[in-house]
Amino acid sequence: MKLLDSRRVFVVFNYLFLGALALLCLFPLVHTLALSFSASAAADAGRVTIWPVQFTTAAYEYAFTNPQFLRSFGTSIERVVLGVTVNMVLTILVAYPLSKAPGVLRGRTAYVWFFVITMLFAAGLVPTYMVVQATGLLDSIWALILPKAVPVFNVILLLNFFRSLPKELEEAAFVDGAGHWTVLLRIYLPLSKPALATITLFTIVAHWNSWFDGIIYMNSPEHYPLQSYLQTLVVQDSLSVRSLNEMDLLQEVSNRTYKAAQIFLAALPVLAVYPFLQRYFIKGINLGSVKG
Amino acid sequence: MTESPAEAGEQVATPPRRRKRRTNARALHLMLVPGILVVLVYEYGPILGTVMAFQDYLPAFGFLNSEWVGLENFRFVLSLPDTWEVVWNTVSIASMKIVAGLIAPLATALLINEVGKKYFRRGVQTIIYLPHFLSWVILGGVLIEILSPTFGIVNQFLGLFGVEPIYFLGDNSWFPATLVGSDTWKEFGFTTVVYLAAIVTIDPTLYEVASVDGAGKLRQAWHITLPGMMPVIVLMATLSLGNVLNAGFEQVLVLYSPQVYDSGDIIDTFVYRMGLIDFQYSAAAAVGLFKSMVALVLISTSYYLAYRFAKYRIF
Repeated sequence: MKLLDSRRVFVVFNYLFLGALALLCLFPLVHTLALSFSASAAADAGRVTIWPVQFTTAAYEYAFTNPQFLRSFGTSIERVVLGVTVNMVLTILVAYPLSKAPGVLRGRTAYVWFFVITMLFAAGLVPTYMVVQATGLLDSIWALILPKAVPVFNVILLLNFFRSLPKELEEAAFVDGAGHWTVLLRIYLPLSKPALATITLFTIVAHWNSWFDGIIYMNSPEHYPLQSYLQTLVVQDSLSVRSLNEMDLLQEVSNRTYKAAQIFLAALPVLAVYPFLQRYFIKGINLGSVKG
Repeated sequence: MTESPAEAGEQVATPPRRRKRRTNARALHLMLVPGILVVLVYEYGPILGTVMAFQDYLPAFGFLNSEWVGLENFRFVLSLPDTWEVVWNTVSIASMKIVAGLIAPLATALLINEVGKKYFRRGVQTIIYLPHFLSWVILGGVLIEILSPTFGIVNQFLGLFGVEPIYFLGDNSWFPATLVGSDTWKEFGFTTVVYLAAIVTIDPTLYEVASVDGAGKLRQAWHITLPGMMPVIVLMATLSLGNVLNAGFEQVLVLYSPQVYDSGDIIDTFVYRMGLIDFQYSAAAAVGLFKSMVALVLISTSYYLAYRFAKYRIF
């Protein structure tokens, strides 16, 4: 009976503790959301916790009339669409040959090392910047896409998945006279939907969330994707010079509610794909542990 | 990274089939071309570019005409007092993150494993790995807001207990702790799920046998769950070794300010400022190259150890 009691105490404590932990992860985001919908006076007086005080959408209206915000949002979407397409096409095209045995793809070992070395050794920021500059990509959206166009880690995930597919399917197709392109497009890709969906989702999030490359490769802030623009807004705010017009608007919308609104808007797409992400997430982990 | 032994078997093929294979194989090589070109330019190109670490690189002269200075850049960088501070900051912040990043998820996974209610279990899991998917810009914005000494909700809350406002992001004695704390906060949920996945694979009959033998939940956790998770724990620990020089570039860049350079400047931010803001290309490239060399050794070692102790292979 004694033991049972201490067990019960533990269970109660455990639920409380884990509940608090979950709150700790959620609270800062909910607080930001509440702030973004609050009147600026209430926000500046520190009266907002998890619920908007004097509900208003002024901060959002301001964000949506800010041309820089809209432009950056557009750039981010363009980046995700182009970047994910390029990443996925190249991931598939590299993973398929490398999933073959060395006897089928001559020089497979050399090819594999060629790609894996890039995971082990990175040249560093300055030489990479120089190459992007030398290939004329500065200030172009391709600067955000081409340098990371082959995500080697994803290639390895996918090639491990390809290897786990039954060899017989492929052999039957070859007997019927199919070539590698047909096998890849008609057999491998349809069978790899779960793996492809996982990698695509993670690639979407990665492109959406990237901001540092935007900062360094874009000379003019008009070309910043959303997260790079947000970084200047959040971090370098004190340094930035605002136009008078902007100052006028900002009197109604406090700097804090305005920032909160934009932070939340930038997080929104990730929150929207989150239900799908988490469905594939556990699968993704299992995928990652599959050994060839 | 060793070759699979399938090689020998594949090469013995009948002549007509071999011809078929060869024409086929051309398609395979063709598929690799775009990927190879991109990697050649944007991964290997920069590796060649590291020669600038041994030059007095001037953009007007390019790599071919800039003057060679041997190890002068390395000597210069090592003579800067900042360099040693930066190396120390990097290693100490990264080590604290690694330790916290191993312990917090492990403890959380063990506690979640004791939860009976499925919806609660799933709910907690879903929420705690949410921050992992948000960028450091977004989380940085949130943290700057809630940690602010003047109106941040954290300091307001602490104020209720009579605590003086803490400058989490502006005080050198608090900044590293803030970095470690917020990084752990962002990532522990993600790793927890990895550990939970490992717990699921433990044979449930072990628990039955143990409870018949009179072992309580605590003993079961100690003698069954923990040993059962050992391979994953070892794997995570050895792989994290490769990150000793990665103290979190994006996080630091978002959160730091000149007031906390003393405690928060890490190799990556140092290279960024020296190279792309102060235009000391060669010196920055030298620091970057030094970091890459050490990282290569660390990562190779960690992969080797992971293979040795946890039979982990990346492909």
